[in-house]
Amino acid sequence: MIQLGIRDLVKYPFLAETGEYLRDKGFNLEQLGHPDWKPIVEKAYGRIVVATTGQIYGSAIEDFENMDSEILSFVIAIVLLKSAGIPTLIKRFSLSEARRAERYLQRDLLQKKNETKLELPLKIMQDLFSVKVMTDEEDFVISVSDYLKRAVQFHEKEWKLINRRVENGFVFLTAHETVRLIRKELDGYINSKIQAVNIPSIPETFRERVSDLSLLAKKFLEYVTVSSDYPPCIKHAIEVLDRGENLPHSGRFMLATYLLSKGQTADQIAPLFKNAPDYNERVTRYQLDHIAGSSGKGTKYSCPSCDKLKSENLCFEIPECNGIINPTQFGKKRTANV
Amino acid sequence: MFEKNVKLVNDVFKEYYFKHFELIHVPTRTSEREFGYQKFNEGMTRHLSIKDDKELHLLLMTQVPSDVYCSNAYYSFPNLPMSEKDWKGADLIFDIDAKDLKLDCRTSHICSKCNSCQNIVKQGINCSVCGSTKLETISVTCKNCMSESKKEVVKLLEILTKDFGIQKEEIQVYFSGNEGFHVYVVNSDYQTLDSRERADLADYIMFNGIIPETFGMNKQNNSKSTLPDVNERGWRGRVAKEIFGSKSKRAKIVQEVLSGGYSVFQAKLEDWRQEIGVKIDPKVTMDIHRIFRLEGSLNSKSGLSKILCKDLENFDPFSDACLLGDENVEIIANCPISFKLKNKKYGPYEKEKITVPKYAAVYMICKGFADIN
Repeated sequence: MIQLGIRDLVKYPFLAETGEYLRDKGFNLEQLGHPDWKPIVEKAYGRIVVATTGQIYGSAIEDFENMDSEILSFVIAIVLLKSAGIPTLIKRFSLSEARRAERYLQRDLLQKKNETKLELPLKIMQDLFSVKVMTDEEDFVISVSDYLKRAVQFHEKEWKLINRRVENGFVFLTAHETVRLIRKELDGYINSKIQAVNIPSIPETFRERVSDLSLLAKKFLEYVTVSSDYPPCIKHAIEVLDRGENLPHSGRFMLATYLLSKGQTADQIAPLFKNAPDYNERVTRYQLDHIAGSSGKGTKYSCPSCDKLKSENLCFEIPECNGIINPTQFGKKRTANV
Repeated sequence: MFEKNVKLVNDVFKEYYFKHFELIHVPTRTSEREFGYQKFNEGMTRHLSIKDDKELHLLLMTQVPSDVYCSNAYYSFPNLPMSEKDWKGADLIFDIDAKDLKLDCRTSHICSKCNSCQNIVKQGINCSVCGSTKLETISVTCKNCMSESKKEVVKLLEILTKDFGIQKEEIQVYFSGNEGFHVYVVNSDYQTLDSRERADLADYIMFNGIIPETFGMNKQNNSKSTLPDVNERGWRGRVAKEIFGSKSKRAKIVQEVLSGGYSVFQAKLEDWRQEIGVKIDPKVTMDIHRIFRLEGSLNSKSGLSKILCKDLENFDPFSDACLLGDENVEIIANCPISFKLKNKKYGPYEKEKITVPKYAAVYMICKGFADIN
């Protein structure tokens, strides 16, 4: 059992121990509604604003005087967010807090020589995310399967397993990479913690900042413009079929799911396959209806991801793809209303 | 397949199943697997649950399937529709097929059959009789195809054991019953990987998606200290062996690599991929709901058995997996390619009436090279 100090709670305020600590100290919501605590409410609001700008809130963890206010500002920020009930703000806040925790986890991991310091970050990863991290000289190692389950979320090539040092069932990582790997889960964990909080009513002194959050959220409305161009993988598949050449099953599946996702019907898509060397009208119709979910068990299949298409040699990436992760996103341009 | 052929092949398959129950077993965790089978000229029957060897043998005797399959996946309810099965995990599976190896020998033992008039076409994209373009490729396998496929299996086994830490006892290699090998990994940490994760694992094995930075080659500021060494493990070590060969030449080659720069190195990686990447079929490895040919069962593309290779190096599929009866049968063969079974050479035949052992007759009929007389 690790004994957490107050400094640990400042770094990782989302841990269950935070609640215990505040209860032991006698804090409650009613009391925090007193005008004397207004500066902490402001600090909490500031913490949210920082998060919404995509930055990471910095705590002065060496400042012993203010440790309680650091912890409280996290808790009050959650109260404000829950009262405002705006998902985009909650999402931005949890991501930013995850990034902040990531920073501390990395710092703690880097103190490898100090085993006590290493104990907490390793325990957080094991208990919260079921990742067993071990050390090996300068590196951290995790099992290949634990690595794959997380790294496939990333689209940068350096995260592909092939670009990693892999030995005897383990992947070797730096401290930075180790914590980067669990960012999404950390974010998900903090998000789920916020979702689980139930706030019956809030003190009057919080109300002003809650309405400010609604104004803040308006900034993040996005406008999406869509171009009608097909992505290169789809163009390639259509060209192959036009030439009467054989398009593998996976290519036909991609083409069908893509066009269905763009609102075309099985009737409109079927003629595309007419030139295929093994074209059979009945089979084509059956398969298209199946993919569209209008026959069989009604499962609607979606277009495979770019990663999957790359593995199947069906990807013909061009600069305009611009980091999309699924062909259906091709040509969509998001403009934030900032 | 013509009905008259089906009758013969069915009888021969039934005889095989009756005589070789000892080769055909349900895999471990039987009750969690989905089974399926096909009969000649019929569609697939799947979502079946089979309890033990006895029930499986009964199915073989009553249905006489052309092909029998079993899931690599484990389900709570294997006989329910896919969405209700409750997937629990799946063995890792790999398929290495000679037809994917781009071997030079292939052109000498491949031909096409016209779907419209059944004519056999040795070369070209049109039927020489009716002009149709709807041709189906038929191939027989040669010794070279098999030895090259075995090399791929050996490369795969090295990665599975050394890189992925899988114990040798957890790996089983089977001859697929036609042109390649199936490799299974059981009892490992890898069973719960989903399709996407398996795709990345397959890319690792195939040496796909590699970037020069992994080998210490950056767009700027390269130094010899970051280049891989032959003593390193994993892909860095294997690539180092490709680059440097033996240690004595290292200094000179390092200079060449560094002066060649990033893009030259990148192009080299692409070349090496062909050489050192394992040529598995990624679609099989990615598929976590596949029903895969059952061990000991016959492959209807050849009449050969899918059989465990206890000694891969000395395994000879044309003898060891050729287990059908050897009574003589009269057939009309139109087989432009010669092949060897049980150390005996057959063909080429040009629309000839011949008498051959059952196993050779079934081989040609399954391939589409012969009909029963």
